[in-house]
Amino acid sequence: MTTQPVTPAPPKQLSINPVRFMLREIALETIYGIWLRDLKKFWRERSRLWGGVARPVLWLLILGTSLRPAISREALGGDIDYTQYIFPGVVGLTLVFAALQSATSIIWDREFGFLKEVLAAPVPRLSIIIGKALGGATQAMLQGIITLLFAPLIGLWIPLPQIIGLLAVMFLVAYALTALGVVIASRMTSFEGFGTISNFVVMPMYFLSGAIYPLNNAPHWIQALAVVNPLGYGVDAMRHVTLGLGAYSFAFDIGFLLCFSVLMTALAYPFFGRE
Amino acid sequence: MSLHELKPSTAPADAASAIVQVEKLTRRFGDFTAVNDISFEVHSHEIFGFLGPNGAGKSTTIKMICTLLAPTAGRILVDGHDVSHDADAVRAAIGIVFQDNTLDSGLTAQENMEFHCIMYHVPRAERARRIRDMLHLMDLTEVKDRIVKTFSGGMRRRLEIARGLLHEPRLLILDEPTVGLDPQTRSYIWQYVRQLREQHNTTVFMTTHYMDEAEHCDRIAIIDRGEIIALDTPTALKRLVSEDQVEITTQDTEHARRMLETTFDIKPTIHNNLLTLRVHEANRFVPQLFNEAARQGVNIEALQVRQVSLEDVFIQLTGRNIREEEGAKDEQRLNQRRRGRM
Repeated sequence: MTTQPVTPAPPKQLSINPVRFMLREIALETIYGIWLRDLKKFWRERSRLWGGVARPVLWLLILGTSLRPAISREALGGDIDYTQYIFPGVVGLTLVFAALQSATSIIWDREFGFLKEVLAAPVPRLSIIIGKALGGATQAMLQGIITLLFAPLIGLWIPLPQIIGLLAVMFLVAYALTALGVVIASRMTSFEGFGTISNFVVMPMYFLSGAIYPLNNAPHWIQALAVVNPLGYGVDAMRHVTLGLGAYSFAFDIGFLLCFSVLMTALAYPFFGRE
Repeated sequence: MSLHELKPSTAPADAASAIVQVEKLTRRFGDFTAVNDISFEVHSHEIFGFLGPNGAGKSTTIKMICTLLAPTAGRILVDGHDVSHDADAVRAAIGIVFQDNTLDSGLTAQENMEFHCIMYHVPRAERARRIRDMLHLMDLTEVKDRIVKTFSGGMRRRLEIARGLLHEPRLLILDEPTVGLDPQTRSYIWQYVRQLREQHNTTVFMTTHYMDEAEHCDRIAIIDRGEIIALDTPTALKRLVSEDQVEITTQDTEHARRMLETTFDIKPTIHNNLLTLRVHEANRFVPQLFNEAARQGVNIEALQVRQVSLEDVFIQLTGRNIREEEGAKDEQRLNQRRRGRM
């Protein structure tokens, strides 16, 4: 056998130029393909949409209307009643549930092999992550919109411009949370089920978000935890849009969510590289 | 005589026709060396087989070739592209069917195919035609709109092969393509693979631990404990080992023994009416034997030939029997695959 002497290929220059990196890593068609597959599967399991109905019924109509007489308007910091106060929080709860549930499908994809089909394909890894996060965000949005339909039942009439603004904020929150879910899912070595994530991630985030009670009177250690809670900033931003009040400035909320989204997308990146 | 011995030997082994070049490849997992300094080439248009027991390093090598695993040392070129520096070019050149299911069982066959077209940048205008052709080639046209969850193991396997061919890869990698399939489906799959090679000029690189299947390959690398211990055509490998075994049943053992010793210079072992002897190529020896027996008046009642199998080659090279190590593991893997079906 005659083998030509092989000279090692010159290592490609490591480009740290962020513009070139993004151009190489963002392939719209890949993002679309991953997104489309997630949506198709969601549509086949559309019973999940009931989550978007059940949660507002439980939290808004049952818990909210029962607690409303007991909680003074002053304690909530504005001329609103308790059900209206928790409304953005319940939207946030729907988003976080749906986003994390959809992100955990990565664990199934790995368990049942499909992830290999994706990783062996000649597509940029960042686009896989973005496609996944957008897919989860879209599913969360669909459920979140169902929750929005409950607003008139609690006497909350949101004008159209605010609704558009709210949808935009909801999408950002949903993306940030799905990206967080992708990071969690990519580091879970075995599938303990969505129950684990629900107990240890979703509910703590919800209770530390100021969704169902204001945190300004909470003990310091709770406030310290709340500072890093993305859902808190999401609920705060949605409260700005729907009720015109919030604990932080609207710009800060949005800024935090944007940075968080970028950070989570970056943290997920190594998982999609080579073992 | 089986067909493979009629096949011409493989294409010339120059570097220009090599589609995969592996040089001094090593992969360690902690203290364990899964692949130890192996080098080999896969030529264009051949069916190249990786034969060895589970855990020999077959799948680890495959994973490195298809860019899912980084080599610890060494180099791999696929169609001239280095897996370490030019992963996407390598990925585009390869169609791969993994050992375990990688279909989305929640989608239909058609949808799995469409997803693959998007991920492998198949031109939009060609997608419908290619999907149709490949489903047809693998006999899946009628079930294309069924959810994959409802497919049998054989149908899934065929769908995975069809999907792996959509982007017209230069190299098709099949990792244990027939494990857990019934004999009929196994032989269908082989039929398809040969058809592919003839119609599409695809190079096929496959791994197996089934000795009989390795016979379908043009060349075989026998891999054991992370090292390649032999690489050649099945015929040449078998020549490495020993002779075929011929058993003759006759009432006239003494006469037959004398004929074998004087005419053929072979010393048989005799047990009751049975003479056992070893010859180099039984298929040439037997006709001569019958001619001589007729001439010398030796009455042969029955004759049995057991040809050298790759199994014998493996035993000779490693001192172990490949099958002893396999049974339990196949069972395990089958169960895993069944779970994947839910």
